[in-house]
Amino acid sequence: MKTLEASGAGKGPAVGAKAPAGGPRTVNPVTSHTRKHTTRKWLEIAVFVTPALALFLTFVVYPVIAAARYSMYKWNGVKQFSEAEFIGFENYARALFGGTNPDTKDAFTTAYSEPFWTALSHNFAIIGLSMAIQLPLALLVALALNRKFKGRTFVRVVIFAPYVLSEVIAGVMWLIILDPNGIATQMTRAIGLTPPAGGWFEDLSWGFWTVFFVITWKYIGLAIILFLAGLSGVPEDLQEAAAIDGANWWQIQWRINIPLIGPTIRIWAFLSIIGSIQLFDMVWVLNRGGTTDQYSTIASYMMQIGFFRSDWGYGSAIAVIMFIISFIIALAYMAAVLRRDNANRMQKAR
Amino acid sequence: MAIPTLPVVTADTPRKAPSRVRPFDNALWATLGISLAGVAITLGPIIYLILGGFRSQGDLASNPTGLPDPFLWQNYWNILSQGLFWRQLANSTFVAVATTAGVVLFGTMAAYPLARYSFKGRQALFVVFTTGLMFPLTVAVLPLYLLLRDMGISGLWGLIIPQIAFAIPVTVIIMRPFLVALPDELEEAAFMDGVSRIGFFFRMVIPLARPAMVTVGVLAFIGSWNAYLLPLLLLTGDPTGMTLPLGVTTFQGQYSSATTMIMAYTSLAMIPALVFFLMMERRIVDGLTGAVKG
Repeated sequence: MKTLEASGAGKGPAVGAKAPAGGPRTVNPVTSHTRKHTTRKWLEIAVFVTPALALFLTFVVYPVIAAARYSMYKWNGVKQFSEAEFIGFENYARALFGGTNPDTKDAFTTAYSEPFWTALSHNFAIIGLSMAIQLPLALLVALALNRKFKGRTFVRVVIFAPYVLSEVIAGVMWLIILDPNGIATQMTRAIGLTPPAGGWFEDLSWGFWTVFFVITWKYIGLAIILFLAGLSGVPEDLQEAAAIDGANWWQIQWRINIPLIGPTIRIWAFLSIIGSIQLFDMVWVLNRGGTTDQYSTIASYMMQIGFFRSDWGYGSAIAVIMFIISFIIALAYMAAVLRRDNANRMQKAR
Repeated sequence: MAIPTLPVVTADTPRKAPSRVRPFDNALWATLGISLAGVAITLGPIIYLILGGFRSQGDLASNPTGLPDPFLWQNYWNILSQGLFWRQLANSTFVAVATTAGVVLFGTMAAYPLARYSFKGRQALFVVFTTGLMFPLTVAVLPLYLLLRDMGISGLWGLIIPQIAFAIPVTVIIMRPFLVALPDELEEAAFMDGVSRIGFFFRMVIPLARPAMVTVGVLAFIGSWNAYLLPLLLLTGDPTGMTLPLGVTTFQGQYSSATTMIMAYTSLAMIPALVFFLMMERRIVDGLTGAVKG
């Protein structure tokens, strides 16, 4: 039964391609013609893989390719796509640099590029703020909770709970709390401070911070839980040894715990960046349907113009730009971080 | 102990033999303070929302920080005694259950040959599935909408089918190492008894892979339950055909002046997710941390 063991090795180096149908062959000598076996094996593989592959190719891969195609056209989605006008990269140019309005065809306008860059700058502001605020905050909470105390499980469960609530429900809840006449305003007044003049979300200088606060409330639980899981893997001997050598609490966190959960932190950072690029539900709800671009994101901008203003070609171009940004970030992450983690592993092995 | 002789002692209280005592008990106050703050910031808004459902509109404006006075059941009762909420709850449940079943079944089936057969193109097929992680729904959603419209798939199935498709990559990636790790002896013994590969899959693999399938299923369920983008495009018009997240925003739009009604509706919509979370908390955390590590 050596063949079977080899076939079960999964990720292992290439096994003889014809080997694995060996199972039934030894059991059932009557059907042991190799060809019949190969056919049968391929049939079985097809039965297992086809449903998933068909769904995946039809509803994931095809739409992504179609988005790339639509992005080259001026198309409102109502008439047949075959009647749409091919305009090359004009949609991209319109978003990135400004360009002529496709309907009036005369004057150069930045009416498309300005909201695009505004939206994109919001995505990157959220990324920057996540790294500058959410990361240290989550790290601090995780380090503080990384010990045995009464009610530890309760605290962890509660802090993680918002992560599983839908963005929409969390968004509506905060819209009510942060209503200009709501409880947040009244409590701020009660402790003698002045709430933002235009309202928490509406105020031009406050609105974006309010949105970021709500996003943080919803998502910081994931960071804390991931960091705690990483910390639970740090051997206690290390910390005790450092304590015996006279290291204080901060030194132990800074020199032992944080470096050792480096890979977890980097994975969280990657997830957070990709999530920030694709952020939609929350801003859509908080922005009451993307009617202003005060805190739009590229996804909400894409939906607003592509779907609700029926500019399918332009919307698809935005989608492709969003994909390219995510893709570049993913590649950069893999190249930089994986190399570093592997280098560390090699060092440790030595 | 050697500590007193070392020049680097910086702890504010000189520690004696740290043998049985846990180090850093002086940081306990920080732990408790942060715990309390975290719990208050997390639960405070949720409790305020739920209590708000018991208020009258005037009470909400005049006395938002106190307990509801008068304490009204009316908002919750109005919602629960009408069909709309229950219909949307049923829709969300149906979509989430069907999505989860499809993801777990098709994802595990696809992962099985990738884990336990060796054939030409296996690695390439795996790579095809993993590239799916690069394609988020947001990027594909406009053409996907047109595709569903052209195929005549509408309503709840229009959510279920794409949701299964988009969850397959991560399912295959989580399931494959798990299936690789199943002991070969089981397979050998089953084949000795004349069980076919497909019979082995349904009779042995599915029961044995249950922990991983639960993990994958829980993640798919939450994703489906919270989905907003696709319902926003597909479930327009009739509120009785909506899922809960879309139902909440539609309700909010319709009753924009009756804040306490919205609070009651949002609280009720929140409860199933919270109950599911409390039941499955361990699985969700394991799944997320496992998926991240894997």
